[in-house]
Amino acid sequence: MEWVNAVVQGVMLGGLFALFATGLSLIFGVMRLVNLAHGDLIVLAAFLGVAVVEGLGLHPLVTLVIVVPAMALLGYGLQRGLLNLTLGGDILPPLLVTFGLSIVIQNVLLETFSADTRRLQAGALETASIELAGGISIGWLPLIVLLLAVAVIGGLQLVFYRTKIGRIFRATSDNPAVARLMGVNHRHVFALAMALALAVCAVAGILMAIRTNFTPTIGPARLLFAFEAVIIGGLGSLWGTLAGGIILGVAQAIGAQIHPGVQILAGHIAFLAVLAVRPQGLFPRLRD
Amino acid sequence: MSLLAVRGLTARYGDFQALFGIDLDIAAGETVAIIGANGAGKSTFLKAVTGQLAAAPDAVVYDGRPIGGEAPHHIVRRGIALVPEGRQLFPSLTVEENLLMGACVGRTGHWTLQTVYELFPVLRERRSAPGTALSGGQQQMVAIGRALMANPRLLLCDEISLGLAPIVIRDIYAAVPAIRAGGTAVLVVEQDIRQAMAVADRVYCFQEGHVSLSGRPADLTLDQITQAYFGM
Repeated sequence: MEWVNAVVQGVMLGGLFALFATGLSLIFGVMRLVNLAHGDLIVLAAFLGVAVVEGLGLHPLVTLVIVVPAMALLGYGLQRGLLNLTLGGDILPPLLVTFGLSIVIQNVLLETFSADTRRLQAGALETASIELAGGISIGWLPLIVLLLAVAVIGGLQLVFYRTKIGRIFRATSDNPAVARLMGVNHRHVFALAMALALAVCAVAGILMAIRTNFTPTIGPARLLFAFEAVIIGGLGSLWGTLAGGIILGVAQAIGAQIHPGVQILAGHIAFLAVLAVRPQGLFPRLRD
Repeated sequence: MSLLAVRGLTARYGDFQALFGIDLDIAAGETVAIIGANGAGKSTFLKAVTGQLAAAPDAVVYDGRPIGGEAPHHIVRRGIALVPEGRQLFPSLTVEENLLMGACVGRTGHWTLQTVYELFPVLRERRSAPGTALSGGQQQMVAIGRALMANPRLLLCDEISLGLAPIVIRDIYAAVPAIRAGGTAVLVVEQDIRQAMAVADRVYCFQEGHVSLSGRPADLTLDQITQAYFGM
């Protein structure tokens, strides 16, 4: 039963990893940009949550109302003002610039919030759980995280396949030059995609801040989890990213069950195993 | 007054100059063909007119306004739509989604999904298929329909018969009268001289980045065209 419990907890942890990964997947899917500052942007959202909780005294989940639009605006500005300038034939400039951005964000957070470990307190929600037969208990908070991950990815899927802006995202992803011939300003479209990605980062950051302790420097590790989830799931597929996050979460939970010290290692091993057997990921977009 | 007046247009790819002072006019509602061998500068000309290559502002005057060097997404909003060489459908999109992309320009007029499906009924049957799952001829119909969805005043067609069977080419060109009927001017770039002469009011022949011949098809002799086309 302990093992079943580990898998159940891993699935729910995977929801958080999927949220980490969704923004990364979306950005890569639309503009072939690998955002090395992705993890730090998640942490930035978490600290924005801290600032809002401390400043306005809101419940952490309610801060989403402020943090999500704030991150979306930041994403639009970041793309228009900086990242669009790096896009072109060469893949090196975006990597270098987002790597630099990662360092800048970490240091600004250290200066502003110090290196202290933080956490957002969600009150009774943190300990509330549903008891199932066989001693398995499902925490409300992890469950909410998983359900939000499914809702966010389902929502994005609807946006991508059922709306005009989603059609424009996909067309621009296929061929930005031809999309421009249809009157599409690809720079604006890329900025909208980044806004959407950072809105998802905001959800991921706040939920992470409620679930775990964090400091200004944990961004790169979140990026690694996100990257692994995207690769396991297959590039360009949002449902694949959810599956990738869950596989990573389950691997880590099983690892922790074997020995607490091998939790993270087990995730990396699962990632390497998938990479060795199916380098294209489990659910790659067919066209690629 | 010309709808499109091109004056002394030059264009280059880096150090390589591809166009040398092209002069060309298209009146509203007119159908014009550009013929020429590979590398004559036909596609380069379309790229410069649609903003994909740098051009001097005054070199391209559309509807009385200099538009040379404007961004492609601005030029198409003015009413110049391109059917690009090789069709260039969006592979992730269905036929209908490809057509709807053309309407992103936000110009209204005769052309809607409905009227495009009337022009090419086969597309209505295949509307939910991925654009790239269609035959070459059907893909060309999607590419033309997609450009028409922008309700252009000037439609530019780059090598729309390339790689298609003669019977399919006939079907594609059968759509031109319906397009003209809406008052849209059409510029076709063709390697197929016979097809170009049949459809156009006036023909320009390009050779090595210059206009080597222009005139009405009826006024041109085969010798003149051969001379202008091949430089022999």
